[in-house]
Amino acid sequence: METEYKTKKQAGRFLEYGGQYVPETLMNELNKMADVYQEAKADPDFQAELADLLANYANRPSLLYYAKNMTEDLGGAQIYFKREDLNHTGAHKINNVIGQALLAKRMGKKRLIAETGAGQHGVATATIAALFGLECEVFMGKEDTDRQRLNVYRMELLGAKVHAVTSGSMVLKDAINAALQDFAARPEDTFYVMGSATGPHPYPEMVRDFQSVISQESKQQIQDQLGRLPDKVIACVGGGSNAIGSFAHYIDHPEVDLIGVEAAGKGVDTDLTAATIEKGRLGVFHGMKSLFLQNDSGQINPVYSISAGLDYPGVGPEHAALAAEHRAQYVGITDDEAVDAFEYIAKQEGIIAAIESCHAVAYVQKLAPTLPKDQVIVCTLSGRGDKDVAAIAKYRGVEIHE
Amino acid sequence: MSKISQSFKNHKNFIAFVTANDPDMETTVSNVVALAEGGADVVEIGIPFSDPVADGPVIQAADLRALRDPDLPIESIFAAVKEIRRQTAVPLVFLVYLNVVLQYGYERFTADCEKFGVDGLIIPDLPYEERGELAPFTDKHGLDLIPLITVTSGERIPMIAKKATGFIYLVSSLGVTGTRESFASNLAEVVGQIKAVTDVPVAIGFGVHTADQAQAMADLADGVIIGSACVQIVADNGQNAPAKLQEYAEEIRAAVDGVTVEEA
Repeated sequence: METEYKTKKQAGRFLEYGGQYVPETLMNELNKMADVYQEAKADPDFQAELADLLANYANRPSLLYYAKNMTEDLGGAQIYFKREDLNHTGAHKINNVIGQALLAKRMGKKRLIAETGAGQHGVATATIAALFGLECEVFMGKEDTDRQRLNVYRMELLGAKVHAVTSGSMVLKDAINAALQDFAARPEDTFYVMGSATGPHPYPEMVRDFQSVISQESKQQIQDQLGRLPDKVIACVGGGSNAIGSFAHYIDHPEVDLIGVEAAGKGVDTDLTAATIEKGRLGVFHGMKSLFLQNDSGQINPVYSISAGLDYPGVGPEHAALAAEHRAQYVGITDDEAVDAFEYIAKQEGIIAAIESCHAVAYVQKLAPTLPKDQVIVCTLSGRGDKDVAAIAKYRGVEIHE
Repeated sequence: MSKISQSFKNHKNFIAFVTANDPDMETTVSNVVALAEGGADVVEIGIPFSDPVADGPVIQAADLRALRDPDLPIESIFAAVKEIRRQTAVPLVFLVYLNVVLQYGYERFTADCEKFGVDGLIIPDLPYEERGELAPFTDKHGLDLIPLITVTSGERIPMIAKKATGFIYLVSSLGVTGTRESFASNLAEVVGQIKAVTDVPVAIGFGVHTADQAQAMADLADGVIIGSACVQIVADNGQNAPAKLQEYAEEIRAAVDGVTVEEA
């Protein structure tokens, strides 16, 4: 029986999650953005321009790759990887950034701003700003600018200005605070390109739509290759943009299991974790009602993961809703398991995948052997792992001198 | 008419602000009392939050000082209010981010405000569109839910103003809180747009720190709100802040009173 997926019904809300919990200064701008987005979504010219850039600039469609070696080694379900790591700039982030930058142009904006954790979204935003001839400023926690100097230089090379954020704990959440503040100060000429399916309406919906190209393609590709839908779709979840994009076109197919993999850090039951859905509670932060890691008084907790792209104390509202409805399942993978998977997929398949994506790979390693051979897993490799090589070497106690 | 609206009667209003538990709860109690004695008509108490998105560097730093122990119980802030109420009847307003209220519980938080003598709430991340989830509770417990209007609110002004009680917090300029040298040029026009739809008083805040600015803002509207400048005094003087705050409040009081009040 076809069951209609409830969370689509109200604009800006996914069950009780979502909304627009932002200062009044931003309300007119967000409402305008939501309206312009609805127009753009229905405008064939906008969609054509988006499709053209995705195909001819971002290198889409990305491959759906059959991981023969891993399938044989693990001895269970057939494993397919959706290769977002092969996109221009090396991650799924570009899909969303192209969409939002086109919207910024449509709104007549001259300046793009973005937050970034590890730097992938900042690099993608700086890339598109260079292509479109827009000004670009990226907010990045001071901790992260120190850890990811190469990405800072990469953004500067692309013509962006990088602000090292020194407030709060100087990581991703503080970078988002700073970007929201900058947006509030200059709403007329600025477009805030949000990196994940988080924040106030219309971002969660907009980012989901732009990232849903992942599952739109994978659904077609698996049909073409196997003549059927997958049994499991697996993706890592920080804010949740690659996961929601990987799930979107399967949500209305209840026979497809959707699995989001969170960063458990040192373990879900330790304080050093970023497993929001497993350990978080209902809260309001960064413009949205969703699940957050927080203390009893409602202060947002510092979070931890080896992966800078997953160490966010919240999760996009649509994931909170999918979890509440039991439409998707969310599991945790520790640092150790993710690092093992980083090495495993490199040796088995010759793919150096982002440490974020390796959280999903680690879960595939656990799950595949428990499933019969006629089952099919599609796992998204959200990005490539070149950026992580030095950190993994260090994790293994190997000194690298550049 | 609420106790807060009442405080605007027949004179221009001066609203001061300090962050709770900065540098400690005992000093906060003394700070609030000192501001009231120095002539503040309303005192806002900021409940510290880990991520105060609407606030600039001065108040962010105060929140960090106040949350040295991030597990600071909200109950301890209500206990401070109880102590303040022994010493002054000045109307009190909490400046609080919504998550803190949500975690404490909407009913419990608003009931405790009523019980301990808090008169209103300013919630910077609760815009008009979302106020419906809290308004039944503030109404039930007789609290003013004080809205913010900004110089970019435009067509949104009538709907926001019509729902306002206590006063309307008019944000002087774009961006975050913090001291400024200049303000948006269309403030008088925005005050006019508000006045066209409501009798609820309008106070201007964000950036005001000198006596001259306070006078100019009070002249444009019904009152002035001074936050970061008060918090900076606490930052500079720690436990010795009360006397300095009282002095500062007296200075602002005199400046604001220098404004001629038009007969209604």
